[in-house]
Amino acid sequence: MEPGTNALLAASGSPWWGAAVWRSEDLGETWSHSSEGLTYGDDGPRITTVWNVTATRDAIYAGVEPAGLFRSTDRGRTWAHVEGLTAHPSRPEWGPGAGGLILHTIVPHPTDPDRMWVGISAVGVFGTQDGGATWATRNRGVRADFHPEKYPEFGQCVHKLVMAADGAETLYQQNHCGVYRSTDGGVAWDEITDGLPTQFGFVVTAHPRDPKTVWTIPLTEPEAGRLMPDASAAVWRTNDGGDTWIRSGDDLPQVDAHIGVLREAMAVDRLDPVGVYFGTSTGRVCASADEGRTWARIADNLPPIWSVEALVVG
Amino acid sequence: MGEPGRPAVVHLPRSLVALFPGCPRRVEATGATVREVIADLDRRVPGLANRVLDSGPGLRRHLNMFVAGEPAGLDTPVPQGADVYVIPAVSGG
Repeated sequence: MEPGTNALLAASGSPWWGAAVWRSEDLGETWSHSSEGLTYGDDGPRITTVWNVTATRDAIYAGVEPAGLFRSTDRGRTWAHVEGLTAHPSRPEWGPGAGGLILHTIVPHPTDPDRMWVGISAVGVFGTQDGGATWATRNRGVRADFHPEKYPEFGQCVHKLVMAADGAETLYQQNHCGVYRSTDGGVAWDEITDGLPTQFGFVVTAHPRDPKTVWTIPLTEPEAGRLMPDASAAVWRTNDGGDTWIRSGDDLPQVDAHIGVLREAMAVDRLDPVGVYFGTSTGRVCASADEGRTWARIADNLPPIWSVEALVVG
Repeated sequence: MGEPGRPAVVHLPRSLVALFPGCPRRVEATGATVREVIADLDRRVPGLANRVLDSGPGLRRHLNMFVAGEPAGLDTPVPQGADVYVIPAVSGG
């Protein structure tokens, strides 16, 4: 969603028609789309998919596969490559994760347009403090079990990155190898996986006002299917920044629930109490109106759900 | 081979025109080659070239074009009045 206009934005990649960013100014009744400028040039790699589109008050950003960042300052009509990121000296060593070499998460600073973080699978987190001209790795303290060196400078498989609501520097990430918290803008990370049933998962979502409340959905390791553990659906939340975790889900399917939840498929609204929503690989949407304590099914029989967003209308 | 002096008739697939509300399935366009015809199409239906062409530029992978019944590339000549087909390839599905 675009701040100020409430336009809906959607990232896409069609095997037939290519990658584009879609925009609707009437809550999805009609859509326009553009990929003008969304290219590494005729000699560069072909962009297959836009994985993330994130709007700020000044610009819209798109994260693409193969990994790179693009910016639009005309509401998505035309795009320009943020070359500083792909100019990072580590770029020749970036390799794809299971989902490809994808820039899937964009976290703008809430007030400073020069500051931003991005997440790239199997590469890690990068931050900029100069509007995208230069970037630094932000992976210290994050494990990479699949890497010969457990704590490399980059190569970590970040799955999702969110900023807490304190307006300060608190970030959370769900990684291939655990859940982490940083209180200094990603310079250093502390692992907060203890208390969760697995270290793997895709989603992590932050409370819009309480910086210590975060939700995640642990999944089994890739080799075991990326599914909710014990075929029992559950959402886990912390109210103390990850020191302890609380399971909810007794009103979700608890037997034979062979379901997964993908990276973008969890969202919160801004109501009080906060509504929490997630969509499953089996096409079901579940919602909680009490900050993740109790759950109800609100949609079913949809395609596998890639993304869930919450918008208060009216 | 079409009649001299006439634009080509480009036949667009349903799944492509669905991306451009109001765009008809058949659009007349002029150009000596497929590349030029696509450029003219893009003037009539802004944004269409980006859906048909990848960087390179080249035709997108799961897309075929035919001019007067023959498989065509971007440099294929387009006779005046020719039928030009844009068809999603079976490889895409």
